[in-house]
Amino acid sequence: MTLMTIRQSIQKGLREALQNDPSVFLMGEDIGEYGGAYAITSGFLEEFGPERIKDTPISEATFIGAGIGAASVGLKPIVELMSMSFSLVAFDQIVNMAANLRYMSGGQISVPLIIRAPTGAGMQLGATHSQSFETWLSEVPGLKVITFSNPIDALGLLRSAVKDLNPIIIAEPAGLYGVQGDVPDKYYEIPIGSASVVKEGKDVTFVSYGHGIPILLDTQEELTKINIDAEIIDLRTLNPLDMLTINNSIEKTGRVVLLDTSRKLGGIMPEIVSRIQEQSVDFLDGPIVRVGSENTPWPYNRNLEESSLPNVNNVIESFREGYKI
Amino acid sequence: MSKDNLSKKELLKLQEKMILIREFEEACGENYAKGFIRGFLHLYIGEEAIAVGAISSLEKEDYVVTHYRDHGHALARGLSTESVMAELFGKSTGVSKGKGGSMHLFDVEKNFMGGHAIVGAQLPLALGIALACKYKKENNVVLVFFGDGAVSQGTFHETLNLASLWELPVLFFLENNLYGMGSHVENTRAEGRDIYSSADAYGIQAEIVDGMNVLEVLDITKKSLESIRNNSKPILIEAKTFRFSGHSMADPAKYRSKDELNYWLKKDPIKSFEKYLIGENICTKDELKKIKEKAINEIEKAVDFSIKSPEPSLEELKKDIYA
Repeated sequence: MTLMTIRQSIQKGLREALQNDPSVFLMGEDIGEYGGAYAITSGFLEEFGPERIKDTPISEATFIGAGIGAASVGLKPIVELMSMSFSLVAFDQIVNMAANLRYMSGGQISVPLIIRAPTGAGMQLGATHSQSFETWLSEVPGLKVITFSNPIDALGLLRSAVKDLNPIIIAEPAGLYGVQGDVPDKYYEIPIGSASVVKEGKDVTFVSYGHGIPILLDTQEELTKINIDAEIIDLRTLNPLDMLTINNSIEKTGRVVLLDTSRKLGGIMPEIVSRIQEQSVDFLDGPIVRVGSENTPWPYNRNLEESSLPNVNNVIESFREGYKI
Repeated sequence: MSKDNLSKKELLKLQEKMILIREFEEACGENYAKGFIRGFLHLYIGEEAIAVGAISSLEKEDYVVTHYRDHGHALARGLSTESVMAELFGKSTGVSKGKGGSMHLFDVEKNFMGGHAIVGAQLPLALGIALACKYKKENNVVLVFFGDGAVSQGTFHETLNLASLWELPVLFFLENNLYGMGSHVENTRAEGRDIYSSADAYGIQAEIVDGMNVLEVLDITKKSLESIRNNSKPILIEAKTFRFSGHSMADPAKYRSKDELNYWLKKDPIKSFEKYLIGENICTKDELKKIKEKAINEIEKAVDFSIKSPEPSLEELKKDIYA
């Protein structure tokens, strides 16, 4: 085991990919000389050279598109977007091109492209830099969307993504790059499409991903004071969803709370509500409870931003109100 | 380029391909009217000299990327009339198994990388393929077609900038047919109808060519490809051309005057080349008649093949989404 941050585990995964596979190259804004806006690729340019660590101009649509083109003829580009909010500039390339190419070519073309992007609010970055559009991308057939909340999953999922032949979005919770954990030294992978039970419990199922997981860990600790033993599920993959893990947990606990740190309107959780309704509603003793951020643009002011983001109290109150506990 | 550089066989091959595309497109129109072909259908009639002149100059290993008016490019690249027609009919025997349709033709074996239907979106894709060619140290060139409409997209400018900055082997082929759907280029572009000058802003060499003259297109393309292979620097060619029919089958083209259409009809690339071939005593009218008959026959077979081909099974709906 080695203690490392999420940032270090991503660096480890990227370095491995570059060392093991000559078709892997990195591309993005300020990933070379500057070392990456979040310092993920710090030192990579010196280590791997400018052919494999490509700085790009501020042309998101075109360098994502170039990644698609390179992937379509056998390379494995790992492209960094400086913010998930900037994916909007490249949405046409990601959705119309990357996701659709395989289907509309009748299976002739694969696009083994990875797009990494920091996501989420909470850092006072204001309306244009705080959005979580991994939720929009999760509804696009042809894409896979993965995310994590600890360094073990970050590395294991990245390893799987590097091996995958499909376009993959990695939504990296921007506020969690410094989160530490013990990462196994022995090689392992985390399969795409599998949620994890972060903490087992018998009284209520909490579901979230990314920034929501630390909130749920604090929440469950608080709930032990009233003798509630919560189970926490980290989705880890938003598309395809692992409903089996969620349904099994609901069968055990009979209660469920879904937490989004993105805006409550839309997002991935309404889809999970719908599937629970179809698949495991009979096991529930009360309503499916949802907690999420306010439906407003993200404010700059700290108090305003904090009042929009869900916290431990919001989760506890919503849970207790929903299940009359 | 004069006839001296090409054999009779090569010259006739150019005319044969142009006629094949023309006949194919005529048949598409007919089968659209009959209801066999649905959706949006954009015909290439009038622009045949460009696809044939440019693509005939390529090596097998080079790549072609194009826009949604793609039948001509596909056939010039050697995709079979049967597999392309069947695609338009939505049949399982189509190049994309009937899942792509007219605007999304692909044949990876022939390095024909689409058929892209968002205006200008194919340019970054072509850039990335060229990046891969350079990365893998292959000496291949990516020939990417786009229209005057695409020039208004940000991706055009971004791609030119990056192709120049990274010195990538891209041949940008602009088919300036003067109209982006119904909008004349002079109403959409501050700099007016000549577009090639845009390339200068990105340090890219630009050429202008009569897109109705197959030999001139062939000549400039060959020279450009040679230069790109030697210097790995992109080049942009602007071809002046015109589509003889509307933007799509839904378009009666009321925005164009009869005079304008007639002006361009006189430049018909197939008729002019026929005049040239006969005037220069390269072949007889009879030989050309036979070429046309052969093309008509081939297209009839392709239509027949498409009619008889099976529909895709319903299981296909959920296949080819993920690798």
